[in-house]
Amino acid sequence: MRLIWLLLLVPFAALAWVPFYNRISPEAFGFPFFYWYQLALVPITSVLTWIVYRRTRHDR
Amino acid sequence: MTAEMNYPALAVFLFFFGLVTVMGFLAARWRRPKTLAHLDEWGLGGRQFGTWITWFLVGGDIYTAYTMIAVPALVYAVGAYGFFALPYTIMIYPFVFVVMPLLWKNAKDNDYVTAADVVHGRYGSRPLELAVALTGVIATMPYIALQLIGMETVIHALGLKGEIPLVLAFLILAFYTYSSGLRAPALIAFVKDIMIYIVVIAATVLIPAKLGGYGAIFHAADAAFKAKGSGGILLQPAQFPAYLSLAFGSALALFMYPHAITAVFASSGGDTIRRNAILLPAYSVLLGLLALMGYMGHAAGLKLANNNDVVPALFQSLFPGWFAGFAFAAIAIGALVPAAVMSIGAANLFTRNFWKAYVDPEVSHAGQTKVAKITSLLVKAGALLVILFLPTQFALDLQLLGGLWILQTFPAVIFGLYTGWFRAGGLLAGWATGFFGGTWLIWLNNYKPLHTLAFGDAKITLYSGLIALAANIAVAIVVSAALRLRPEPIPAPLKDSRFK
Repeated sequence: MRLIWLLLLVPFAALAWVPFYNRISPEAFGFPFFYWYQLALVPITSVLTWIVYRRTRHDR
Repeated sequence: MTAEMNYPALAVFLFFFGLVTVMGFLAARWRRPKTLAHLDEWGLGGRQFGTWITWFLVGGDIYTAYTMIAVPALVYAVGAYGFFALPYTIMIYPFVFVVMPLLWKNAKDNDYVTAADVVHGRYGSRPLELAVALTGVIATMPYIALQLIGMETVIHALGLKGEIPLVLAFLILAFYTYSSGLRAPALIAFVKDIMIYIVVIAATVLIPAKLGGYGAIFHAADAAFKAKGSGGILLQPAQFPAYLSLAFGSALALFMYPHAITAVFASSGGDTIRRNAILLPAYSVLLGLLALMGYMGHAAGLKLANNNDVVPALFQSLFPGWFAGFAFAAIAIGALVPAAVMSIGAANLFTRNFWKAYVDPEVSHAGQTKVAKITSLLVKAGALLVILFLPTQFALDLQLLGGLWILQTFPAVIFGLYTGWFRAGGLLAGWATGFFGGTWLIWLNNYKPLHTLAFGDAKITLYSGLIALAANIAVAIVVSAALRLRPEPIPAPLKDSRFK
């Protein structure tokens, strides 16, 4: 079990504390923080998963 | 909403519907196998779909027509809370990345077609296999019915009255699924997904331009919720645990559904699945933007009899007829793909884990395919009858229960991939606790998915499915521990090099 796998827990940690992102400001392109923060987590999760994929594919 | 005939919309709609119908029947010749009379071919498309086909198929399969209608409708009705669909689809993919390649390998190595096959192979228990299979079938039936609701919503928005268009559309679907199997939805998914991307991107760019930008849309929604006195564009503190637990519980449940597992098993390998865990979130962005159409409904000042009309009404009031027709066709075709895969998934379960297990253990591959094809017709007919003759609310309540039910198969299907510690009796007792206890919780809360637990003065409201899963796992551990005290044959080892 390599530590790199822990990257996959980042999205869960980023979502776990709702009071952190349940707010209006800072807004971006008219989107309250609550919305753009969660939308931004989608590509971030994708990239983290890609990193894990690249770093572990030869382990199998 | 208005239901006058919209002829340009109808013409565009019929064109695309006709196109996918032809594709559905031709799909039998696509990547033609030596024979379609084998469940690996009819029911899993030959287990050979590469990264892109799998991306279109899984995306087309799990982001259903009902999702396209219901998520914006919930956001329209209650605001931020309805947005739980987004964290839900964020949490799914790390899980898929880690777990689903193992499940795929286990199935491939042993020629398993369903999740219940995997469970039987691991624990050698017919009762546990039956519990998993039965849960899969009854959780899927109402889900198919919901696809019909999605289709019905857009058919009525086109101005077509009565139930005959819906019945016709479903008959067409039933026949090409019968003849082409999983290849039909896999091929149609290309058209469906591209159409949906065009529609959502156009909607999220053009509608805000007409309504004064996203800032104005959020302000309008905020004002509407304040005027109504309920809902809001942010969560109330009491909603935090509910929001997260709904997202997390739904994420664990999604890939236990037969239609999701069928699409995973149809892929060509573990790496295909891992790449898809990286690429599928593109659909989540789409879903998040689509959810905001609920707020656009407020900004456009729509007056709706039914929240589900928010998406069709937006297209009708803000776009030319032909584009509304294109959008409606996208949603209707969006119902066909999941409905086809769901009926195939349910048919595979019935064939493998009931017919082959109890009725005819010696059934040939061709015989299995025949049983599955007929079952897929019956499953769809059942869903159609539910929609035509029972109140819509009945299908919605059953769908809610279905999500909770399918989540209770998680320990039986997944734990065995990692450990041989659990016993079939323990997992079965856990399943029964979660299934019946969870159903009771939903019933207690008047068919709402949330239950409030009180610890002294502290109250916390959580998704009932997750509470039921916790009880399920606790019982599975306790009963397995008890069963382990007496000698019992250990589970069969996984045929996977990782475990040697």
